[in-house]
This record gives sequence, C-alpha cells and structure tokens, in this order.
Amino acid sequence: MASSAAVPFWRAAGMTYITYSNICANLVRNCLKEPFKAEALSREKVHFSISKWADGKPEKPILRSDTPGV
Amino acid sequence: MLRQASRLLSRSVAAGSSKSATARGFSTEVPSTIDSTFVESWKKVAPNMDPPQTPSSFMKPRPSTASSIPTKLTVNFVLPYASELSGKEVDMVIIPATTGQMGVLPGHVPTIAELKPGIMSVHEGTDVNKYFVSSGFAFLHANSVADIIAVEAVPLENIDPSQVQKGLAEFTQKLAAASTDLEKAEAQIGVEVHSAMNAALTG
Repeated sequence: MASSAAVPFWRAAGMTYITYSNICANLVRNCLKEPFKAEALSREKVHFSISKWADGKPEKPILRSDTPGV
Repeated sequence: MLRQASRLLSRSVAAGSSKSATARGFSTEVPSTIDSTFVESWKKVAPNMDPPQTPSSFMKPRPSTASSIPTKLTVNFVLPYASELSGKEVDMVIIPATTGQMGVLPGHVPTIAELKPGIMSVHEGTDVNKYFVSSGFAFLHANSVADIIAVEAVPLENIDPSQVQKGLAEFTQKLAAASTDLEKAEAQIGVEVHSAMNAALTG
C-alpha cells in the first residue's frame, strides 16, 4: 500500500522528530543575545560515560563531555 | 483466510460487548472501584501485606468538562528546564501550529497540535506576552486547559538579529551545496528556523 499521509521532509530524510526538535532548539539557542546564550549553552551541557559490556564485564568506558579537560 | 475474517471479527466484538459491563471507562470516571475479587485472593495469599496499588489509584480523575464554556483559558506552558506558565488564566493564546497560527479561546475543540518554530502569544486583557518557540506540542483539552510544551522558548527581545541573519545566510548556502538527503534536511531545518526568527523579529 502506498503511504497516505504526507510525511514532513525531515521524516522523509530519515530523521526522527526528537532529532528535528533538538536541532531546532539548538539553532534558536545559538541565536540568543549574550547572557542568555551563555546560560542556555551551559544548561545544555552533557557529561556522561558509556561502557560496552562483553562477557559480563564492562570494557573501557568512553567519556563524552562538553566540559573540556574533564 | 479472509472467509474467516467476519467470523473472527464478530467473535471479538461479541467478546468485547459481553465484557462491556465491567469494561474500564475513560479516566473522566472516578477510578475508585477496586477489584474486590483480586483483593480477596491477595489477602488469602499474603494477609499481612496491603494489596498493591495500581497507577489509577494515584491518578486524580480527569476534571470533567464544564457544561457552559468557561470565560478564561488555563494555560500551562512548560519547557524541559522550567515551568514558564503554570495554571495561568488568560483570554487567548495564539500558537504557531504546523497548520498555521492557531488562536485558542476558552471552549476550543480538544486538539493536539504540533508546533513549528514561530511566535506564541499569550493575551490577558490588554497584555500580550510573546515567546519564540523552537518546536513542541500543544494539547487543548475539553475543559479549556491548554498544555503547551516546547523544547526552547525565548522572549523575542533575547534574540540577536545579526546572528539570525548570519545563520540564515549560512544555511541558505548549505542548502544549495547539500548533497545527501540528511544534509538537505538539516539545511532546510536551519533555513526554516532562521526565517521564522527573522519574521518574528521584523513582523
């Protein structure tokens, strides 16, 4: 059966709604005036570590961080 | 296989209708009826423990729809990091739905609207508060409560026009140069968001 609903262009390109929404939010944040921009960007910083598990043991974790030097 | 379809359908409908006496209604009905047979069998097995609570016992029943249209719209406008407006009574909000600017008055038809980047304005008497919303959803309920959720919403004064122009030029150029579908989509999003911000600042 052919798809009946008209999909948005980003969904047709393989993007999910969350990705689309986050891109929009990032673009808006980048266009803010100064103290608000610094606040917004610091609010959205993430810092986490991921480890894949193999044979029931965690392998070396990968650290993802927006705060440099951590 | 399809010959059995009508028999299967009628069988499931019959089963559904026979259970309709005990079928659960919508949450507008107060979920206070506890299943007594379950409670009795629980007490036989574990007499010293309270029967487990179900999510519905924690829920407040959905407020019923007033018979006459309320005079004010109650707005809850939330962002992931802050509750911008909480239970505020206003006259009207205009939300940037993907289908166009939608004005919401008290007594609006229950709607779920996806929002596009644009201006949301809250009208209270003669005061108008405008926010630029990056994207989100608006849930309009039958009892004149509007829940608007956005990922990022800023007052228009906080947007820097020069950065908007720069971004618009950059993404227009990226759109022309894009090769893969994904790049095109990202550039297109950039163009749309920046044009919306531009229109918001100049309009």
